[in-house]
Amino acid sequence: MNPLKNFIFQLQEISLLVWQAFIGLFRKPRYLSETIRQMDLIGVGSLPIVLLTGFFTGGVLILQTYPTLEYYGGQSEAGHAVATSLIRELGPVLTALIVSGRIGSAISAELGSMVVSQQIDAMRALGTDPTRKLVSPRIVALIFMLPLLTVAGDVFGIIGGSIVASNLFNQPANTFLSSVRIGITPQDLIGGSIKPLFFGLIIGCISCYKGLSTTGGTVGVGRSTTNAVVLSSIWVIVFDFFISKALQTVLDIGRL
Amino acid sequence: MLSADNKRSKIDVQESELGATADIQEAVDAPSRTLPAIEFRDVHLSFDDKKILNGVSFTVRRGETKIILGRSGGGKSTTIRLILGLLKPDSGQILVDGEDITHYSEQEMMRVRQKMGMVFQEGALFDSLSVYENVAYRLHEQKVDEETVEKEVRRMLRFVDLEDAIDKMPSELSGGMRRRVGIARALVGDPTIVMFDEPTAGLDPPTARTICELAIKLRDLEDVSSIFVTHEMNNLEYLSSEYATVNDAGEVIYEMEGEKLCLINTEVIMLRDGQIIFSGKDEQLRKAEDPYITKFIRGK
Repeated sequence: MNPLKNFIFQLQEISLLVWQAFIGLFRKPRYLSETIRQMDLIGVGSLPIVLLTGFFTGGVLILQTYPTLEYYGGQSEAGHAVATSLIRELGPVLTALIVSGRIGSAISAELGSMVVSQQIDAMRALGTDPTRKLVSPRIVALIFMLPLLTVAGDVFGIIGGSIVASNLFNQPANTFLSSVRIGITPQDLIGGSIKPLFFGLIIGCISCYKGLSTTGGTVGVGRSTTNAVVLSSIWVIVFDFFISKALQTVLDIGRL
Repeated sequence: MLSADNKRSKIDVQESELGATADIQEAVDAPSRTLPAIEFRDVHLSFDDKKILNGVSFTVRRGETKIILGRSGGGKSTTIRLILGLLKPDSGQILVDGEDITHYSEQEMMRVRQKMGMVFQEGALFDSLSVYENVAYRLHEQKVDEETVEKEVRRMLRFVDLEDAIDKMPSELSGGMRRRVGIARALVGDPTIVMFDEPTAGLDPPTARTICELAIKLRDLEDVSSIFVTHEMNNLEYLSSEYATVNDAGEVIYEMEGEKLCLINTEVIMLRDGQIIFSGKDEQLRKAEDPYITKFIRGK
């Protein structure tokens, strides 16, 4: 199969999977406990790493931008600069990339192992639809948890920036936080929360599809896992551009 | 003669003793009993350019065990996957209990699968669930109350002689135990059709024998129709020459067919490159002169 045909085929398969997962949400039996379990795994499980990344990203942003802002006499806007870049861009994208690496790989490996050990076939033979039982809860959990993780990462980024600003550049925390409060707009917050919804969908669809389409035994599981992480990360970055552009148009974000 | 015929002879005794002839005859001749449990009609299937099944037709009667023999890649497991609706044929018809399932959607197949059980090659147990949860899987999905679930799970695990392993995880079980748990899981809900996909592959002879005994027990005591896919000749030997019965002490015993009984509820089909090259009794198979069959039986 040539690459273009292959791409279109995979797009079609992913679209079908998403549609079946969506339809599955409205049919019985519903797997609420499985969805909550996935939310716990994805949300609570990823929280420490997201907070740590957010904290140090906020810190390094101040470390890199403060001297420049100081040069132009704009150091009082340091909080604004960090908060805007974190909330609009870095928070959603970094969180999505971390979740894609941690959760996308786990989903793909788990489903891939189930395919090669015939557990998916067994599930179907026992009268359970794997899309409803395995795919829908994971996608729903990702769509719900990614925005929450992003907000947590943003908050810790701002805290990290504030600590670096006060300890390394002697800027009072009050000044920094006032700048944050004045600088960010409701549109920034809305835009920063909408992006992770799409990123959660992208990671969920690609990881589940790659896992369920695993072939070739344990080597195939490894291949699927790598592909899931690489593709999710690439598509998160590609979609980030288009979603940003759409949000700029719709919410008038990003214009000074 | 066993199974349906065995049932018939038992029923005959009852007839003379109780005089309940009409009702019993009605039950024996009911249309649901005369319909084949599984029927393949000229089924074709290809993957890309490779023909997997090429005009396969056969029937499995009620209470009958059909042993499918053939080399790896001959289309044996594919046949089972088609019956379960895990694959769809390119052409032909597949009937289960007289119902044409060829073009059924996944949703419709869910209903049909309720009356089928499947034993996978490696057991295909869910790694994250205990033995109890694995066997109870179907009942949990149907939201059956926990008391009934436990009773049923214990009954099934007793059937495969593994009640002691109820709380173990699949990783703690040996290969043979995993297959037996797989059999217990497949039997929950009392399916009328059970399919075995090379259930003895890679097992030591005594354990393989145990698995075959379970299949014999299902055929002769539970009146289950089954397809037994294998490439091991000793499986054929056990299934086509022994039958299960209950002795005076209520224990299940296995006897060789011979003067007392002749097994007519077990047949063999052999697949080669997606085509049936033999269909009949095991005695006929052993007398076949086809070089492929003789090489398969004798290994040279």
